[in-house]
Amino acid sequence: MVFQYPMITVQACLDGLLLGILFALIAYGMALQWGVMNIINIAQGDLVILGGYIAYFMYLYGIHPAWGVIVSPIIMYFIGVGIYKLVINKVVDRDLFISILATFGISILFMQLMNFAFGADVVLANSGYGTTMLFDNNVTLPNSKIFSAFISIVFAICLVIYMKKSKLGRAIRATAQNARAAKILGVDTEKVYAATFGINAALCGVAGALISITFTIHPYMGLPYTIRSFMIVIVAGLGNLPGVAMSGMGLGVFEEFADYILGTEFRIGSVFLLLVLILVYRRFKLSRKREYLK
Amino acid sequence: MNKNAIIYGVILVFGLVAPFVFPAFKVQLSILCVLIILATTWNIQGGEMGYNTFGNILFYGLGMYLCASVQVGMFFPLAEWTESGGEKTFVHTPTQFFQGMAAGLVVAAVVPTLIAGIIGYAILGLRGHYFAICTLGLGVAAGEISGGIEIIGAGQGFTTPPFPNVGGLEARGEFFYFLSFGALVLTFLAVRAIYSTRFKLILNAIRDNEDKAEAMGIETMKYKIIGWMVSAFFCGLAGGIMGGLVGYIDSTDVAFDGREMGVFMVLMAILGGKGTLWGPVIGATVFHIFKEGFWTFFLGWQYVALGVLIVVIVIYFPEGIMGWLREKYPERFGEVVDEADRKAQVELK
Repeated sequence: MVFQYPMITVQACLDGLLLGILFALIAYGMALQWGVMNIINIAQGDLVILGGYIAYFMYLYGIHPAWGVIVSPIIMYFIGVGIYKLVINKVVDRDLFISILATFGISILFMQLMNFAFGADVVLANSGYGTTMLFDNNVTLPNSKIFSAFISIVFAICLVIYMKKSKLGRAIRATAQNARAAKILGVDTEKVYAATFGINAALCGVAGALISITFTIHPYMGLPYTIRSFMIVIVAGLGNLPGVAMSGMGLGVFEEFADYILGTEFRIGSVFLLLVLILVYRRFKLSRKREYLK
Repeated sequence: MNKNAIIYGVILVFGLVAPFVFPAFKVQLSILCVLIILATTWNIQGGEMGYNTFGNILFYGLGMYLCASVQVGMFFPLAEWTESGGEKTFVHTPTQFFQGMAAGLVVAAVVPTLIAGIIGYAILGLRGHYFAICTLGLGVAAGEISGGIEIIGAGQGFTTPPFPNVGGLEARGEFFYFLSFGALVLTFLAVRAIYSTRFKLILNAIRDNEDKAEAMGIETMKYKIIGWMVSAFFCGLAGGIMGGLVGYIDSTDVAFDGREMGVFMVLMAILGGKGTLWGPVIGATVFHIFKEGFWTFFLGWQYVALGVLIVVIVIYFPEGIMGWLREKYPERFGEVVDEADRKAQVELK
């Protein structure tokens, strides 16, 4: 099918690339907090969905949902800091599994609260951007997807510059390298952790607002986003930003093809299976390396 | 030893008499038995081996589907059964039902064991959070994929064969209660036997320092896989029983329900105390009572309560009930305590 209908291939590739940029944005947030706090946040996807609902609510009240890109991260930043103060700071230096389980609890909590607050319907904030037709109308490309990819790139670049230049960015990077040394040199690591979690939540907010414009959101759709970002981070490696972007786009393309070839009902399943396969591959690669070292 | 025998005897007698004393709670007691099995087997990984898995739900769900499929497939075409949904086009005779159930439970226990062996070889080399996330992915993937397979009912679910009309109204509850209680006794005895051997020490060595254990000449991989296979065996069995008890299997809400059962088993073991024999049993009992209370009084808010519960247990009681008891009464656990040392510690606190 892929070769018989080249237009579908082009369509899937384009869709996948634009989708993948969004995934990369979420994964960047995950890589940030993983690197700095050594925490894997299972609630990442639920933060994304929550950000999406903020944009959706603006749409319901007659404000153009694209403004959600500005409003949502601001609200999400404070929610992120709140979560940090309430839960995460108690699990930061504990066993990793404790933090996974605690964030799993947060994830279930958010999922259900969103279900109560917003209802279990699949919703979408209509941006009214129209579509672009390419190749004799064979390939449809919603303008909202192009918009969302553009905005994600802008945000990612801004964040990279911020991390490089600003004082807080330098403190965050120092804490990621060595928390104890940073503490000795006068960095308030507690504050850095809170800010990191807040920035991560804000990134999720941006991504969520974009997802609510481009795709659909639903209270229970969070976990796949967590898994996707986890997968992107382990494929790219921590602190490898071009790698995150590349593997994000790769995942997007993979997903679109899985959608076309296997059918939509296996889309999420194939993502999770891919995760397992990547981890298994990684294990065998590492074990070979270990044997070599022997 | 003598004291232990009395305790076991009392529990056994209580277990045998319970369905007749509390006839209204038969289903709840059966579910409790299944929960205890799941918590106890999770404890082999999470508590003794230090491999925190979210993936035991995979074997539970597999067992559920396998048992029901075998029970139906032995006598009727499986595809037509699922096609007909809940309608009684085909009816099992009592003999067929029990034969099918027996064969189904054997398959439900054996196949997940083999699968655990294969998957375990592939993923038990992962450490820490990679393993946790990988098993989480496995559980969800199984749910999503089984939700797309037509022959086992896909999205619309699978109705397990109804209990045949023998022995009056109470027979169904009693049958499933004794089945799950029997499985529980079997599990407990097996796990207790395992914990008294060198195997448990090896698992503990893996938990405490895997590299060192390997350096001491222990083939850690082999023992990890065997440990997981033991878990999978009993999880599959519990799943098969639970499938028959619930009467309806859905891919994401009943069988591979990572959001409920998958977390419950972890939570129960942690609540009771990881790495102890009795911890999961106590944890499961307490958790089940609490849960039923929550589910009744906070109907609709149960997942909110669950989320809060997870966070609170994980942050404030990571040692569990047994851990707390151990700190309070170390003498009961056979630890020799230096009084002066203990007083000094209390003062320090």
